Amino acid sequence: MKEIIALLGKEFTLEWRNKYAFNGMILYLVSTVFICYLSFRIKSNSLTPPVWNTLFWIIILFTAINAISKSFAQEHKNRQPYYYSLANPEAIILSKLIYNFVLMLILTFVGFGIYILFLENPVQDLALYAASLTLGALGFSGVLTLVAAIASNAENTGSLMALLSFPIIIPMLLMLMRLSKNAMDGLAFFVSKDEIWTLVGIDGIVIALSFVLFPYLWKS
Amino acid sequence: MTFKNTWWKALGALLICYASVAGLTGKVPRLPILNETIRNTYFHVPLWFAMMVLMSISMFKSFQYLRKGDISLDQEAFSFAHVALLFGALGFITGAIWGNFTWGSPLPLDPKLIAVEIGMLIYAAYFILRGSFDDEQKKARLSAVYNIFAFAAFMPLVWILPRVTDSLHPGNGGNPAFGKYDMDSTMKMVFYPAVIGWILIGIWISNIKHRIEKLEYAKNEK
Repeated sequence: MKEIIALLGKEFTLEWRNKYAFNGMILYLVSTVFICYLSFRIKSNSLTPPVWNTLFWIIILFTAINAISKSFAQEHKNRQPYYYSLANPEAIILSKLIYNFVLMLILTFVGFGIYILFLENPVQDLALYAASLTLGALGFSGVLTLVAAIASNAENTGSLMALLSFPIIIPMLLMLMRLSKNAMDGLAFFVSKDEIWTLVGIDGIVIALSFVLFPYLWKS
Repeated sequence: MTFKNTWWKALGALLICYASVAGLTGKVPRLPILNETIRNTYFHVPLWFAMMVLMSISMFKSFQYLRKGDISLDQEAFSFAHVALLFGALGFITGAIWGNFTWGSPLPLDPKLIAVEIGMLIYAAYFILRGSFDDEQKKARLSAVYNIFAFAAFMPLVWILPRVTDSLHPGNGGNPAFGKYDMDSTMKMVFYPAVIGWILIGIWISNIKHRIEKLEYAKNEK
């Protein structure tokens, strides 16, 4: 437990010292949303609710891949064996997961804020939409952390990251879109119960598996 | 997994011959829309079953590799995944032909089709991942981890998603897959042997592929 807190502290300090990386991601969000704004708002009201929703999730997906792919690649390769000699692999993956979850949570909510600022807000049930954002941040960080750990070992990290994570993330993304579409239409809560449970299930499987499988990756 | 005895190979070949002959000439129930295409049940469905079994074996071999660290187990996982993808492609083609005659379109937007397309993407990514490492042990370990991870993410997609959404396939929307099959006993007499036959043949092909992999590995080691 102490290890996890120490490692988490390390992650946040690193992030704080490299503020440009975080600011870069925010700028990435702003510019993507701005491009969408320019391309869709020129013809006024050409953005129907399903398109609005899909566009938002695609932006979040790409931001997530960019943000998390650096989580294993940003530190020097030779430093990894050093951490290995200090801490358990379980503590390392847990701290990475928690850290990436917090990062994704911030990015999705900031992204959502920027998005509704530029492209209006057709969401009727904000609480449910926020729930879908949280579940999305949890799932994305779970899948992408392990994939980043795999991809950081190869040379073409960037393209491999997208390649490996897309097919795994699609089912989650489809569920998230359904859930958030329900939230947009303001449907009653019990309608989206199935989606929420499926998402919680997928997130649980993915996180449990990254926890179990990471020690094997670590050895390389 | 090198079986010395060959009875199961012969059994697989025999069952497939039987299923092909009996499937194409035997009596089938006359149903509207389906008509004679119902015979595709003997080919399309068993191919999917065999693919699922091969994928599961591949996942299991990857798991064993991570526990034991024997490179041969990883090659086996690769061979099974390879043949599973081949069976997937065959199932896809037979399904497209079937869909063309019954649903009026070879590729309608259907959750099962989406699931299978994603599954094939996953295994394609698995092969690309294998190709991007030179070090054999590293390649084996990383791709084994991805294989298990992808399989676990893929299975809920195939089994859960089609059941909560509407699908053109029978047995969806809450029912287990066999609930609504209009199979009488004569069809079952052909269908189950076909399933077993295709699974056995799939394992056989994978074994041969594994032996080729092993030889090539030994050749490169020299």
